[in-house]
Amino acid sequence: MSQLLNALIQGALLGGNYALLACGLAFMYQVMRIINLAHGTLIVVAAFAFWFLADRWGINPFVALLGVLPAMAVIGWGLERAVFAPSVRYGLLVPILATFGLAILVNNLLFEQFGANPRSLAPYIGALSYGSWALGGDIYLGQLAVLIFAVAVALLAGLSLFLSKTLTGRAIRATAVDRDTVGLIGVNPRKVNAIAAAIAMVTVGIAGLFLGMRGSFTPYSGMDLLIFAFEAAVIGGTGSLWRTLLGGVLLGVVQSLGALANPQAFLIAGHCLFLAVVVGQALASGRSFGHFAKKVRGWI
Amino acid sequence: MSLLEVENLDVRHGLLRAVLDVGFQVERGEVVAFVGANGAGKTTLFRALAGAHRPTGGHVRLRGEDITAVPSYRRVKRGIVLVPEGRHLFPEMTVYENLVLATASGRKGTWNIESALAVFPNLAPRLKQRAGTLSGGEQQAAAIARALITNPDIMLLDEVSLGLSPVAVGRVYESLQRVMHTGTTILLVEQDLNRALSVATRILCMRQGRIVAQGSAQTLSKAEIMEAYFGGQDMAASEVRA
Repeated sequence: MSQLLNALIQGALLGGNYALLACGLAFMYQVMRIINLAHGTLIVVAAFAFWFLADRWGINPFVALLGVLPAMAVIGWGLERAVFAPSVRYGLLVPILATFGLAILVNNLLFEQFGANPRSLAPYIGALSYGSWALGGDIYLGQLAVLIFAVAVALLAGLSLFLSKTLTGRAIRATAVDRDTVGLIGVNPRKVNAIAAAIAMVTVGIAGLFLGMRGSFTPYSGMDLLIFAFEAAVIGGTGSLWRTLLGGVLLGVVQSLGALANPQAFLIAGHCLFLAVVVGQALASGRSFGHFAKKVRGWI
Repeated sequence: MSLLEVENLDVRHGLLRAVLDVGFQVERGEVVAFVGANGAGKTTLFRALAGAHRPTGGHVRLRGEDITAVPSYRRVKRGIVLVPEGRHLFPEMTVYENLVLATASGRKGTWNIESALAVFPNLAPRLKQRAGTLSGGEQQAAAIARALITNPDIMLLDEVSLGLSPVAVGRVYESLQRVMHTGTTILLVEQDLNRALSVATRILCMRQGRIVAQGSAQTLSKAEIMEAYFGGQDMAASEVRA
């Protein structure tokens, strides 16, 4: 029983990490209609930035946030102008291809610069990387895991408040719905999207910090991160950023329960949940099922 | 110098020339109605004036300054705003959020959310309601109020009465009269000729992308408008409708 409880708790905390990874991806899709396949790679870029500052100049990763997050915002602004805006006008597919190309380019630049050795921020954060609180009954709460979960909740709450209560947030939501009409009431949609991209990259920067603290990363870690972020975002669904947290927690709990049943089932359990949600959504929509049924009838 | 000058304006939809060599001037405080059959080019002309559709030729000047290449959001900051056909509110956002977005233009003036609500009092109890759940008349009121909050010198109203019940149209025009008394210059597209004649100081008739007749609402007879509206060969039909 305590094993099951432990699996649920650890899974939920892991979900906070997945929500953090997925936050920028979901935000960018919901407000800019861009599926950013470079999302995971950009998280790795941020992680390398924290590692570089800590390794070369001894800057504590939490202090380095003050420099890395503004830099990520500038990168987001630049990416919007150079990659997202030119590609999004041609539909959903072109941004996917453009960001895939961006991911490959950045992966290789990171490899050229830093090599293939795994890096980690754990040596620079002292006991936080391994410290825990004992709850009794062989259940321990990792301090870093709790911190990551709290940051994910705070970040999602902050973003939700920003989108619903500020003029810029409302402009971002309106631009997501009807880019032409916001122009007709005096809002510059390009500027709004650049702000949204900058915000998304700030969340990517925070995800990069905790990626480095939780474990190790290489220039090619981005694609694995993208899969987890994508699964959390899809399982949660669109409509609210809070759903990203729900998706992350569900993914984490199912993975954790899978590992409880069989240690090798950790990843596959999460992938199965993802597949079940996608198929379930397709069937529930009816239209997709009807379309599929019509095709089958056509073949017969 | 006129407030708005349009000179030899051409606008295309792909290969189709929707607006052809259109030219006119608008003075401050005028209410100009554009009438014409569907497909005459009125909506395309308004979208081009608002910067939502790039012209292929000609010039648009506001207070003498050429704004032909200025994007729509900058035109709003300079004083031209369009209430588009179909209203185009943000349906998932509340009425208040729709209105407050218009303050982003940063243009100062007498209009704000409170003064706009004074003109459209039926919106006041609906501020927290999602805009998509409003009736057609309320949506039109919200769209006009949103445009007013940008403090325009010129307000372009496309198809004010389209899809509205006569009662709702009456309410919207009642409020519009109050806006007109503030001196705001208004250009409107209106299918209901009687409505257009009752509010406009000048009528411009469009057919097949061109302005084919114009004059003051007092001097231009209904028959002349109908002839311009349908063309000489279709006069029989126009007489039936008149």
